[in-house]
Amino acid sequence: MALLRPRLPPSERFGALAEFATPAALYRACEGVRDAGYTRWDAHAPFPVHGLDRAMGLRASRLPWISLVLALGGAATGMGLQGWVSAIAYPLVISGKPYFSWPAFVPVTFELAVLGGALGAVFGMLALNQLPTLYHPLFGSARFERASDDGFFISIESWDPRFDAERTVELLRRLGATEVELVAS
Amino acid sequence: MRGTHNESDAVDHRPPLILGGPSFHDVTEAVASPLERPPTRGWWLYFLPSVGLLGLLGVAVGWLFFEGVGVWGLNNPVGWAFDITNFVFWVGIGHAGTLISAILFLFRQKWRTSINRSAEAMTIFAVMCALIFPGIHVGRPWVAYWMAPVPNQMGMWPQFRSPLMWDVFAVSIYGTVSALFWYVGMIPDLATVRDRAHGRRRMIFAVLALGWRGSMRHWHHYEKAYLILAGLATPLVLSVHSIVSMDFATSQLPGWHTTIFPPYFVAGAIFSGFAMVVTLMVITRRAFGLEHVITMKHFDYMAKIMLVTGMMVGYAYALEFFIAWYSGSAYELFAFKNRAFGPYAWAYWTMVSCNVLLPQLFWFKKVRSSLTWLFALSIFVNIGMWFERFVIIVTSLHRDFLPANWFMFTPTFWDVATMLGSFGLFFTMFCLFVRFLPIVATAEVKSVLPQAAAHARTAPRVELEDADALPSASRLARAEAE
Repeated sequence: MALLRPRLPPSERFGALAEFATPAALYRACEGVRDAGYTRWDAHAPFPVHGLDRAMGLRASRLPWISLVLALGGAATGMGLQGWVSAIAYPLVISGKPYFSWPAFVPVTFELAVLGGALGAVFGMLALNQLPTLYHPLFGSARFERASDDGFFISIESWDPRFDAERTVELLRRLGATEVELVAS
Repeated sequence: MRGTHNESDAVDHRPPLILGGPSFHDVTEAVASPLERPPTRGWWLYFLPSVGLLGLLGVAVGWLFFEGVGVWGLNNPVGWAFDITNFVFWVGIGHAGTLISAILFLFRQKWRTSINRSAEAMTIFAVMCALIFPGIHVGRPWVAYWMAPVPNQMGMWPQFRSPLMWDVFAVSIYGTVSALFWYVGMIPDLATVRDRAHGRRRMIFAVLALGWRGSMRHWHHYEKAYLILAGLATPLVLSVHSIVSMDFATSQLPGWHTTIFPPYFVAGAIFSGFAMVVTLMVITRRAFGLEHVITMKHFDYMAKIMLVTGMMVGYAYALEFFIAWYSGSAYELFAFKNRAFGPYAWAYWTMVSCNVLLPQLFWFKKVRSSLTWLFALSIFVNIGMWFERFVIIVTSLHRDFLPANWFMFTPTFWDVATMLGSFGLFFTMFCLFVRFLPIVATAEVKSVLPQAAAHARTAPRVELEDADALPSASRLARAEAE
């Protein structure tokens, strides 16, 4: 269960954490880390910095597909439930209409499609992000508390094949970090 | 950039949304610090009467369950009165919250960021109030589960061709999706509160924030989720009030049997919802010192939306009369003559004055930039929109096809107590919300500050000296505080 701690490779050191002064500095540093070929790394900011996903080289999110599948599932459930109830389980003639009077079932079908899509978006997002994970090694850094306030960070994980304590710290400094620290696992 | 309304932004040549040129930390401080102080006397002043009214709701509903729906002033032919009036009123109030959070988001109206959180909270509490009424008005509330499609010992199933059944699904799903939208939007801010807290408070917010750590890989999916939710909530909110209006429109009753109802109800819902947002924001921004976050510009925009939607309902009122005449149906024409000049004419003209005439004052800039005027007019619109539902429901019912059936509706003490009690529930929830949760979406507000622009193509390159100044200033402020 990853509810309390993330599943990470066994290592004494989580990696390097660098702080940047502004979103713009973070943006350029992300481009630098991406171009240096790192793969196990992340940026942290108190708000989604516009364009940073591209600067990090992230691929488009798969979330819309998850949401779409659940929305279609919701719609199928809605039409199926109403059709089954009205034509098979409890057939009643209402206003002289056929048992499977599908136009009357459109509103509930639509509402259940919206419900499915919304549940898919929220729980799909949590699943893709592996949340909730209440603890993370980065929380061990006192400085990191500012990631939810006014701090802009890059973390590079020690199991990245290119990670090297000295050279990674050196790179982060060169990219304009104001502070760099090594974080324990 | 440090300035007033009139100075324009260097990036998009628009005046800043947030006044005073605050740093990121200033925004956090403005929103999070009131939650960390003990409640003010002003808060108790709002909270205690609200809880008192909530208690009244408990008594009124308890007595209703004990004695039956006879405690209300209902009769034959007026089988729906305050209960469904309150239901439609509260559902409508909720719609402005969704409009602000979803529709304005899709239209990239960045000014929404200051007010969307509290407007969404308002939506959820209004839906809670609304859901009470269909639940308690059925007479035998212990069989309210018949509304749900669950297998039961009678082998019976709901009748899905009825708009009342659609309504059960529409409003409950609306409540669910609004709550999801609200909570997802709040996760980053809950993390902000967590990171400032200590002890047990930190543990509670740690669980609520789900371990959010501002990761850009998370933001990437998160922003997509938010966009999808906004895209889904937009047609949802339009469908919900359309379906509510079909409760009436699909019946055969003159005064209800009207195809204009869905758009007319949606416009009215947005109108009343914005009035409630203005009412709440005038109080909240003063109580929490958020004048630079919720600015006069926000009120100006909301007043303009009220002006537009108010004229839409005015148009609908006029068109109803035209169609009553044009249809050539004697019953239809009678229903509307009776509405405007019959025994409930006072209610009709209260509605017209509050919803159509008084909002015309919003044409004047002086009115739109005066909190006193805005507050007073928002109260009038709330009253007018409550009366709109009362007029539609009661005047159409009380004189139906046969004069032998005619009867007047007079509310009893318990009718009024239940209505006031629902306001108690609403304001109690809102007081608790402003006390314990971040009332402004700080992450979103930070993203509309001028210094948030990072992309080389949209933002001028930040000079490094300038750039260092912002966080270090906030660091100094923090060091002083410690």
